[in-house]
Amino acid sequence: MSSIKDFASHFFVTGDPLIYGADVSIVLVSLAIVFVLTYYKKWGWLWREWLTTVDHKKIGIMYMIAALLMLFRGGVDALLMRMQLAWPNVHFLKSEHYNEIFTTHGTIMILFMAMPLIFAMMNIAVPLQIGARDVAYPYLNAISFWLFFFGAMLLNLSFVIGGSPNSGWTAYPPLSGLEFNPGPGENFYLLSLSISGIGSLATGINFLVTILKMRAPGMKLMYMPLFTWSVLATCIIIIIAFPVLTVALALLFIDRLAGAHFFTMAAGGNPMMYINLFWIWGHPEVYIVVLPAFGIFSEVVATFSKKTAFGYKSMVASMMLISVISYFTWLHHFFTMGAGADVNTFFAISTMMIGIPTGVKIFNWMFTMYRGRIRLTLPMLWTISFIPCFAIGGATGVMLAVAPADYQYHNSYFLIAHFHQVLIGGVVFGMIAGMYYWWPKMFGFKLDERLGRWAFWFWQIGFYVCFMPQYALGFMGMTRRIYTYPDGLGWGPLNFVSTVGAFLMGVGFIFQVWQIVYSIKYGERDLTGDPWDGRTLEWSIPSPAPHYNFAVIPHVKGPDAWWTMKQEMKKEAAVKVDPAEIKPIHMPKNSGRPFIMSVFFFIAGFGLTFNWIWMGVFGLAGVAICLLLRSFEYDTDYYIPVDEVKRTEAALGRL
Amino acid sequence: MSMTVDDVVSRSGDHGHHDHHDHDQEGMKILGFWIFLVSDCLLFATLFATFLVLRTHTAGGPTGKELFEIPGFTAETFALLTSSFTSGLAVMEMRRGNVKRLIGWLIVTALLGLVFVGLEIDEFVKMVSEGATMQRSAFLSAFFTLVGTHGCHVTLGLFWMTAIMFQLARYGINAVTQRKVFIACLYWHFLDVVWVFLFTVVYLMGVM
Repeated sequence: MSSIKDFASHFFVTGDPLIYGADVSIVLVSLAIVFVLTYYKKWGWLWREWLTTVDHKKIGIMYMIAALLMLFRGGVDALLMRMQLAWPNVHFLKSEHYNEIFTTHGTIMILFMAMPLIFAMMNIAVPLQIGARDVAYPYLNAISFWLFFFGAMLLNLSFVIGGSPNSGWTAYPPLSGLEFNPGPGENFYLLSLSISGIGSLATGINFLVTILKMRAPGMKLMYMPLFTWSVLATCIIIIIAFPVLTVALALLFIDRLAGAHFFTMAAGGNPMMYINLFWIWGHPEVYIVVLPAFGIFSEVVATFSKKTAFGYKSMVASMMLISVISYFTWLHHFFTMGAGADVNTFFAISTMMIGIPTGVKIFNWMFTMYRGRIRLTLPMLWTISFIPCFAIGGATGVMLAVAPADYQYHNSYFLIAHFHQVLIGGVVFGMIAGMYYWWPKMFGFKLDERLGRWAFWFWQIGFYVCFMPQYALGFMGMTRRIYTYPDGLGWGPLNFVSTVGAFLMGVGFIFQVWQIVYSIKYGERDLTGDPWDGRTLEWSIPSPAPHYNFAVIPHVKGPDAWWTMKQEMKKEAAVKVDPAEIKPIHMPKNSGRPFIMSVFFFIAGFGLTFNWIWMGVFGLAGVAICLLLRSFEYDTDYYIPVDEVKRTEAALGRL
Repeated sequence: MSMTVDDVVSRSGDHGHHDHHDHDQEGMKILGFWIFLVSDCLLFATLFATFLVLRTHTAGGPTGKELFEIPGFTAETFALLTSSFTSGLAVMEMRRGNVKRLIGWLIVTALLGLVFVGLEIDEFVKMVSEGATMQRSAFLSAFFTLVGTHGCHVTLGLFWMTAIMFQLARYGINAVTQRKVFIACLYWHFLDVVWVFLFTVVYLMGVM
């Protein structure tokens, strides 16, 4: 009996009212979901339409929903931290709990919010933009999603079971090593990132091949929409950067599980090795998440200025340049660790150099708007607000890149303000712009403008109120990851203002949720398929797109393919499909195996987190069996007959 | 045994119901695998870098010079390099359309791979019994991880090749099995190339 009690006290996280609250809410929400699905008899629908789907559009929507939920989780973490720091000497959170919260906030926001949100936009838009019927490997695409999903669930589980990781989102050893961190928390971090990392790498390969091989006839590389170009650059970075993260995490895990000495202070290990490996992935990662946002801004600016993107070639060149230079900057994350003046100088200069192609892009967006017929829709508002925000973020970035000056504000709140400015101002604004832009294509209706503007202004004002004081706090000596601070340092008022700003952004998020719920019922329906008068091919098909995307694959003659088609003939004629050209369409079959395989990955990850080797072996054996079953499966696709395509297209008014 | 994607694809035209569209798919899968190999190269490059940084960090424990036995790793090298050659012969028989010989050479390849894995396990067991475990020093942690990762890759390749042999026996040579054999052999050659670096960087530089 006492052994069970002992086990339970280790297994479940105890002693904090917030966590008991989370326990109760998790149980209640789970019961509610089960009840609703059972009451409305939706289990079969859920399985057939969503859990087994290999349709890139549905996978994209699932990525988006999961990412928004993670934005909520990471956002709650942020608000808890800001409450803890609002006044001097606050003891709202225990210090250990605070460490766990800033760790999960960073991990979730980068890896389980920003990454899936870019994958959402990639999945939703890229195949449509290049005139393809699916991605290169639809089955693998489903595996990628479910690996991300169960990786994210594994990390979130740590909040109530076993305990969360607590050594920062970077998990530097020796703090994250076994000696100083014996609980399961860091294992949760390492395994959840590894599992979702496999999925990210697969997505990178998948979309690179999709873009290289599946473009509609006539679409040369230099005819591709800029968002597709940004995804191409991103995929290259993913393929080259993620293996390094995999190794860094694996080595740390081997240290923790098997008692090896890669990063320990004893027996010859070297913690700096981890820090180098982590940032060789970590810095390019910044560009993995921001380049697709650049792509979205390029699309939005061109569409809502009714002009071709200014400087198309320089846009492409600058993105490719960024993807290369991003590899030569990683050391700027630890200028103060004693690498010496020569090394610091090299990385300081390369860091500043990356501002050049970024600056080129900023000017191109502005020149696209210049003398354009601008429409201030929601995506355009977010894009315009991004430009000054990112310019300030870039300027403070260059300040940090000055190695000698960095000794002054290294690891201070100045840094916190800088990277939130570029990551929120770049990635989050970009993904929100993309979400508004492609929402009609996903669901067939627009999101409500009025509520969207309320959300926009709460976000914008909240953002500056929250982060501008943090630059000052950095100069005043406040360091990052600080738990609480004494009275009399003069940090109190600025911290309070910053907390107010964080809550304003929270209100903005609530407005967006309200906006989505409201628009499902009242949002303007999109019957044309082209609500924004778009320029690229995704707007040439109905909203939401039929599951085969294009009844007839378009022929592309130049950039802005759909715009050109609309210029050449009337729009009513341009959307019509010639029934003589419809042929049977080759499509992949749905499969439940990606889901099941990812559940086995989850089981393996959970077992290894607690060093239960038997459970790890069981999970991995399940994964192996799934792989083997797939290898012996030959009947993986089918054809949609011509009649069915004709019926679908006729119902959509396209014949 | 140079065989391009186009070779595989163009030769798969007259098998079964697969039409032009499916050729693209088989070729695309090969391209995807090439890109996967790029990422796997980077995985090994990272492990090599770690090993090179830590190879002198023996913390007073045994060094490579004391541990590595020349006959052992030479035999491993011969087994693996020969298996790469025989896997090439398998692809050649596949191009001739001779399924029995194709399976035969794959069996030879797998057996040589098995010899390699066996020798490696033997080497690891010996080292551990002498107290040279991966807990002993950073050098040994890096050694076992780098060489072990390659060994795991080879082991995985053996299971994979076996699964394909069953499929060849069942379905014969068609567009799909042809692509599978080609990709598995590509993987096998890749492991061979990695081994050449392991042989040089870990073992030769270790005993010198």
